[in-house]
Amino acid sequence: MLGILIYSATLVTQAATLALFSLGLNLQWGMAGLVNFGHVAFMALGAYTTVLLTLGGVAWYLAALLGAGAAALLGLLIGLSTLRLREDYLGIVTIGVAELLRLLLKNERPLGWLTRGDFGIQSFPKPLWPNPQGNPLFGWLPPNQYPWVLMVVVLVVLAGTLVLLQRLSRSPWGRVLRAIREDEAVATALGKNVFAFKLQAFVLGGAIGGLSGAFYAWYLQAVYPSNFLPEVTFQAWMIVAIGGAGNHWGVLAGAALFQLYNSLPRFLPDIAPGQTEAIQVMLIGLTLIFVMVWRPQGLLGKKAELLLHR
Amino acid sequence: MGSHSSPTILLQAQHLSKSFGGVRAVDDVAIAIPQGSITGLIGPNGAGKTTFFNLLVKFLPPDRGSVVFDGRPVHGLPPHKIAQLGMMRTFQVPRVLSRLSVLENMLLAAPGQHGERFWAVWLGGRRIRQQEREMGEKALELLESVGLGHVATEYAGALSGGQRKLLEMARGLMCDPKLMMLDEPAAGVNPALLEQICGYIEAWNRQGITFLIIEHNMDVIMSLCDRVWVLAEGRNLIDGTPAEVQSHPRVIEAYLGSA
Repeated sequence: MLGILIYSATLVTQAATLALFSLGLNLQWGMAGLVNFGHVAFMALGAYTTVLLTLGGVAWYLAALLGAGAAALLGLLIGLSTLRLREDYLGIVTIGVAELLRLLLKNERPLGWLTRGDFGIQSFPKPLWPNPQGNPLFGWLPPNQYPWVLMVVVLVVLAGTLVLLQRLSRSPWGRVLRAIREDEAVATALGKNVFAFKLQAFVLGGAIGGLSGAFYAWYLQAVYPSNFLPEVTFQAWMIVAIGGAGNHWGVLAGAALFQLYNSLPRFLPDIAPGQTEAIQVMLIGLTLIFVMVWRPQGLLGKKAELLLHR
Repeated sequence: MGSHSSPTILLQAQHLSKSFGGVRAVDDVAIAIPQGSITGLIGPNGAGKTTFFNLLVKFLPPDRGSVVFDGRPVHGLPPHKIAQLGMMRTFQVPRVLSRLSVLENMLLAAPGQHGERFWAVWLGGRRIRQQEREMGEKALELLESVGLGHVATEYAGALSGGQRKLLEMARGLMCDPKLMMLDEPAAGVNPALLEQICGYIEAWNRQGITFLIIEHNMDVIMSLCDRVWVLAEGRNLIDGTPAEVQSHPRVIEAYLGSA
């Protein structure tokens, strides 16, 4: 029984990490209309940066922030080179950068001193770990109860990010982003520096994606290049679409629903041995179709917005 | 009629040219717009009027030529900077931001907003709220003045074509422009609304805003404009008072074609 409880802590941590990851995409695509098909690159960079820095002795929270900073820097590089171009170019470049980064991580093996290629990195410090030396906060907690600690940390970070994004959305800054999503030419004609706003949104979304990478590494307790396949990006796209693009609470709902479908089949009796994964994918596809038919605006999106003509 | 009293030139463009492939859409075109005037820009379809508009505000980069606005060369500036200097353009088919409310469309346009700097969103909460309040009052006042006060909270995408035209103009005024550039304000507008729009333009002009208007409707040009510039096939044809232009044989030839 206790095992299932701890497992549920891990499930919540996973869902919260996915939600955090998707919030970054929601800022870029949902709010500013930026097509990012390589969001997973930010997560990968954040995860590896955090892991390597903590192995080098940097405190976990500092390492995670630096991971987010590295992801922001990547966002800046991509943004500076592509955001002036037509939007489809951004989609192409981001997917390319994400694959490039993954292949770099994978093929670093011959050198073997940094990311260890396909072997991945398995043992690294985690936040507030109840270590033998006695963690001042959670020293009393047996190590197998650790998932609870991580769950609390990720939920706190998720809540903070949500507050931040809600405030940004309601500000004049958020209004300009929505204007850009609707019609760039109008925003320009009204004196808004469209490129600068897009760049800010892209970089901030990338930083949030990078932050989610730290939690991804921490709950998996290992990082491999194969964790960061393109499909991870499209999970975020599904979550944003299911929840309602541009709606931050919708992203949370989307992530929860996604996680439910992703983990429920594991509890089902093994009706078709070895095919649980296929059933999962089918269920997710079915949910997506169902949501798009029943609520094309997403779970928390506004229906009225879909009925407007340009 | 606008006034002829001020001889100062607000906008002067010279030698503006733009080719698309082998087509010279705008070829060595000049214009001079006196401060406080309502200046018309006419010409047959395909004369290059809208392209010329786009060159003036840098929505298209000109191949050649200069634009001096309010005593300062602006052809080297990006379009949003030009807008910030006070050149406000509207579009031939009005472009409102559908999924923003009418009021949000207005608020968006206000210049110098602290809350648009994304670090300020954290620090300057009170200042931003106060600015939003002030802008809100101004926006509602403007909306009331064009008869859109009652739809302020609606999505802009729910407005009719005529209402969109009014919103686009009111939105432009939120920026306190020196020059309003209207691309066919009369197109697709019923006679009653057209009369209303012409009234607004005259009223705003009396408040000191200079206008440049592209228009096909000669009645509008005749009643509003101080001076009219005619383009044909991408080049300056003539310019003069509306009466001079209307009866000029070359203008008639350009519109009807030479036999």
